[in-house]
Amino acid sequence: MEIPYYPGCTLNTVARDFDLSTRRSLKRLGIELKELSQWNCCGAVFPLTPDNVMGLSAPARVLNRAEKEGDKVTTLCSFCYNVLKRTDYRLKRDREGLEIINDFNEGDYRGKVRVLHILEVLKELVGFKEVKEKVSRPLKGVKVAPYYGCMLLRPAEEVGIDDHESPTIFEDFLASLGCDVVTYPKRIDCCGAHMAMGREDMVSEMSGRILLSAHEGGAEMVVTSCPLCLYNLERSEAPLMKREPGFKAMPVLYFSQLLGLALGEDGDGLFSGKNLYDPRPLLRDKGLL
Amino acid sequence: MARIGVFVCQCGNNIASTVDTQKVAEEMKKIPGVVYTQDYKFMCSAVGQELLKKVVKEHRLDGIVVAACSPHMHEKTFRKACEAAGLNPYRCEIANIREQCSWVHHDKTKKTGTLKSTDLTRMTIERLKKNKPLKTINIPLKKKALVIGGGIAGIQAALDIAESGYEVILVEKEPSIGGHMAQLSETFPTMDCSQCILTPKMVELSMHEKVRLLTYSEVEKVEGYIGNFRVQIRKKAKSVIEDLCTGCGECIEKCPFKADSEFEVMKGHKRKVIYVPFPQAVPNIPVIDREHCPKFLKDKCGICAKVCGPKAIDYSQQDEIITEEVGAIVVATGYDLMPVESFGEYGYGRIKDVVSGLYFERLASASGPTGGEIRRPSDGKVPETVVFIQCVGSRDPKRGVPYCSKICCMYSAKHTMLYKHKVHHGQAYVFYMDIRSGGKRYDEFVRRAIEEEGAVYLRGRVSSVYERDGKVIVEGADTLSGTQVEIEADMVVLATAIVPRKGAKELAQRLGISYDTYGFYNESHPKLRPVETNTAGIFLAGTCQGPMDIPDSVAQGSAAASKVISLFSREDLVREPILAEVDERVCNACWDCYYACPYSAIEQHPLKGRDGSIVRWVARVNEGACQGCGVCVAACRSKAIDLKGYTDEQVYAAINALV
Repeated sequence: MEIPYYPGCTLNTVARDFDLSTRRSLKRLGIELKELSQWNCCGAVFPLTPDNVMGLSAPARVLNRAEKEGDKVTTLCSFCYNVLKRTDYRLKRDREGLEIINDFNEGDYRGKVRVLHILEVLKELVGFKEVKEKVSRPLKGVKVAPYYGCMLLRPAEEVGIDDHESPTIFEDFLASLGCDVVTYPKRIDCCGAHMAMGREDMVSEMSGRILLSAHEGGAEMVVTSCPLCLYNLERSEAPLMKREPGFKAMPVLYFSQLLGLALGEDGDGLFSGKNLYDPRPLLRDKGLL
Repeated sequence: MARIGVFVCQCGNNIASTVDTQKVAEEMKKIPGVVYTQDYKFMCSAVGQELLKKVVKEHRLDGIVVAACSPHMHEKTFRKACEAAGLNPYRCEIANIREQCSWVHHDKTKKTGTLKSTDLTRMTIERLKKNKPLKTINIPLKKKALVIGGGIAGIQAALDIAESGYEVILVEKEPSIGGHMAQLSETFPTMDCSQCILTPKMVELSMHEKVRLLTYSEVEKVEGYIGNFRVQIRKKAKSVIEDLCTGCGECIEKCPFKADSEFEVMKGHKRKVIYVPFPQAVPNIPVIDREHCPKFLKDKCGICAKVCGPKAIDYSQQDEIITEEVGAIVVATGYDLMPVESFGEYGYGRIKDVVSGLYFERLASASGPTGGEIRRPSDGKVPETVVFIQCVGSRDPKRGVPYCSKICCMYSAKHTMLYKHKVHHGQAYVFYMDIRSGGKRYDEFVRRAIEEEGAVYLRGRVSSVYERDGKVIVEGADTLSGTQVEIEADMVVLATAIVPRKGAKELAQRLGISYDTYGFYNESHPKLRPVETNTAGIFLAGTCQGPMDIPDSVAQGSAAASKVISLFSREDLVREPILAEVDERVCNACWDCYYACPYSAIEQHPLKGRDGSIVRWVARVNEGACQGCGVCVAACRSKAIDLKGYTDEQVYAAINALV
């Protein structure tokens, strides 16, 4: 099965690991991610002005391209997913806005595309049961804390890939890989997001709370699906260690890296060494590398 | 020749400002058959009515037209006046020259208004000429009432009706009457024990000679109309012969099997498989829960039958269908609590020590699972900090229901007090949106909880509840101080939204009464007819209509009862004769009317010859059920049906007068 795939800017640059590991893993599950023939930045943030649709021009252009190449489009980055999904939600309900955007973009988007996050692809198109059957290297004994962040869940009626207050999709997924899943209260809290641009202190505090909560739950590593979350969490570990002497730094990685590992991908191809705290020693200890 | 009198009302200036009433009156005099006309300032005044009576007698009139306001306003007034003067009231007709003429025309020269009024009055006169004198219809009335639901509202309604000397059948779904009130600990604002004030009423009801109590029963089918309902009730098999059972409880004691208790709210609290819901149950007769009893599942056990002295256990008992005829129905089916598992942030269902308000009532109740001690479900510890969260599902249009559940502010305040009375060193916190404590001594009660009993009220919502080291951590906002708060609690109590009873919509459809989008039953008028439904003879009481507290439910129960009593106080039902009538000579029994009638008022009637054989069939109108809507008249192809008081002949006469 081929699915049109929108990588977005980070997946081609800083989040190269995320992109590669997902493509490889899905291939093993029988799904080919077919990159859109043309794409541009999604805009990174969904514009909140209700009376001006011009902010939707960039994501609408992506959706328009996707519509030409299939009936659905998948993306990995939580932010891209959020922006594309909300744009689609709004344009499907705002005929006038859609017309303005189409005029401006010289496009013909009709709202016939379903935007899917890669976790939804794994759940709905592959099925976690199927994933479990394909796992050749169960990640036994790895205590993993899934971190949702905000962008996959909120606003609930527009984007939510699961119950926004009590989601389980991430846990269910990790369980299918054989991990020891750590459920901790702060898994749906905000990491601080683009406050990283100017208020690192705030990010450090917010991400710190999440890390501490995962640590208290007994986690050895945190996985996420968002390059910005990953950045914020990693950068907040050093200050947290200073504040909380009991806290030990732990690797933060993309869930697809664990997926690849479990499916039997070559470990060195999954971890390029970009992680601030390298997960490889830990995985080696567990006999998985 | 007819002898018709015409009165044209000026209605002060309401009509007279745009209609020359005197001229209208003079014009009418020219119509053949009109022997008297007059205009007058206020026809509806006592003087106006006296004038009408006097004229009828003096001029020996056989019909009256009053050109005045809408017949909705004063048709009855003038018809009564006619009746007093010895005229058939249905020989009085109203020409509406106010709402349909003077109020909508602004021509101060009065030309338009006068012209139109003349036309309208002339039409009515021609109509009246074809009018037959009609007689009101008397329908027999079954002076027996059915009350559906044995909660406090139903109990009150049934008791009031029975006390007036009329028979009552009370149908209750559960094995015992009592409803939710039997589950409560103490009641606001007086803090008297709920069961102590309820059980005497339950016993009184069961002992009352006019009351027939059908517990473990449901209403299956309702037919008929006001005064003459036919009701089918399914009496579920209790597997216990009621006449033999002495209520000794031996069977319950010896029964080795258990199932979850519905009465104790929270899963994990067990009752026996043969059980009464609670010790003070009325009737004190156990039932066997066939879904869990091994005797029924795999034909094993049978201990209860062995230990029963009076041999009252009957495993072969079948559901019984009872048919009853009643004159009025009171619906008092009560409420359910909204399932809150979908509100993930509160952790209900996931965290053991997050409980519902109703479960807290059981904890605080002397007859509850802990004997009235406040102990948390997870480890039985006495909680030292309890957080109460209000508006769980209520006032939440996105995820719950948009309405206010009305009683939660009060019972949460009560809960803090109950808790403080039992755990003196404990601390209660309440997260609220607004404190809604309107009612006699209600606000004082909440103030007492805050000022004297030390409950800390935080205005804001809770964002998440989770467990940490045996504590339940509650994170929320305190919007008055503008800060985020985190409370390390031992237990969390959710004030969940009130929703209609499960199956409320299906019952409404069986009864033919209307309900709102949520399933609460609609009253006929929100202010002036609060306990009537739009279906004559069916009344509402209690929370089946919307969230309300015990005093309101009791008041409604009594109000519904008083409506039933006033209905029963008449000899028989008097109805307006504006009904459909079939000309049996013309009817060819095509049954179009039979299928068209929304009230099932058309009956298929055989006409028999002298030897008793059926010659042919005709349609007949049941005068009790007919509402005079006229649908059958329009449906009838052979023009065999007419609506009395609005016959085709009359309508054509009116039209002919205009063209």
